[in-house]
Amino acid sequence: MAPAAPRSGDAIFASVERVNAELFTLTYGAIVRQLLTDLEEVEEVNKQLDQMGYNIGIRLIDEFLAKSNVSRCVDFKETAEVIAKVGFKMFLGVTASVTNWDADGTCCSIVLEDNPLVDFVELPDTCQGLYYCNILSGVIRGALEMVSMKTEVTWIRDVLRGDDAYELQVKLLKQVPEEYPYKDDE
Amino acid sequence: MQFFGGSEISPSPPVPTATGNNAHMMYVFNRNGVCLLYREWNRPLHTLNPQQDHKLMFGLLFSLKSLTAKMDPTSADKGNLGVPQLPGQGCSFHSFRTNTYKLSFMETPSGIKIILVTHPRTGDLREPLKYIYNLYVEYVAKNPLYTPGTSIRCELFNTALDQYVRSIA
Repeated sequence: MAPAAPRSGDAIFASVERVNAELFTLTYGAIVRQLLTDLEEVEEVNKQLDQMGYNIGIRLIDEFLAKSNVSRCVDFKETAEVIAKVGFKMFLGVTASVTNWDADGTCCSIVLEDNPLVDFVELPDTCQGLYYCNILSGVIRGALEMVSMKTEVTWIRDVLRGDDAYELQVKLLKQVPEEYPYKDDE
Repeated sequence: MQFFGGSEISPSPPVPTATGNNAHMMYVFNRNGVCLLYREWNRPLHTLNPQQDHKLMFGLLFSLKSLTAKMDPTSADKGNLGVPQLPGQGCSFHSFRTNTYKLSFMETPSGIKIILVTHPRTGDLREPLKYIYNLYVEYVAKNPLYTPGTSIRCELFNTALDQYVRSIA
């Protein structure tokens, strides 16, 4: 019998290598700042952050699986719980909660009370359209795609835009079955 | 389980030596059937060209996995044989043994398949395969020069792998 999947990422977070939180926050801030300078359009920056997150996510999933001992989730509900409780704790040191399930169990919200990316951040008037933490939605999308779940991740609430919490909506579009990858006549 | 079992029984291979080095070869595949890595330590016989060999190995595992899921007596909801399974569905095997070799297999939910072929007398390699997966994460997934989905060319990974495999098998 395989060991049960952890219900919280505390133990893993304690054992993995960490970097100073302020260094991390400031580095991320510098990246966003540079993107704003380079791309000029806020929309483009959102897109670029999402793409960067996606590229992180497709690699991050292997580290997550290797270190967390999570082997399989029976349904999307469990997947969302594991992301919020284990994933966020393991990589960001915070936990999130999962709420607002729709009737089919394919769409939910991940709510972050505490978000280490946004310490010291204020959005100036020129950047009101910016989703500062858009990298997170890309990470989730990329990581889930690698475990065969096509998802759409959007921001619902953002403290930097005046809301009271960070809320990410994760919508499961489809699960891709595993198929034999070769053609017969190859 | 015995494959290609003919009438003549080939003599048993030599007993594992104390020095280790009883691993024959290793494959790493991704979900799309791309052979990310092939390492060979002790393989006197090659009958196919590398591409065919990789494809055959991947096909063997793919078919065996759907067969094992089909024969599973414990689960009620099963599709027909050959119908694609969603990830997380079905069961999975972790090794088989013939009289001449043992094949150990691990598949992660992200579709990475690690296959280690060793001497038939090697013990349970599930934990070592997990360790190899961790090596993959440290040396390959975290390597900024590595493009996901391409074959692995990382000396450090190969060295760490050779060293580790020598210690287990």
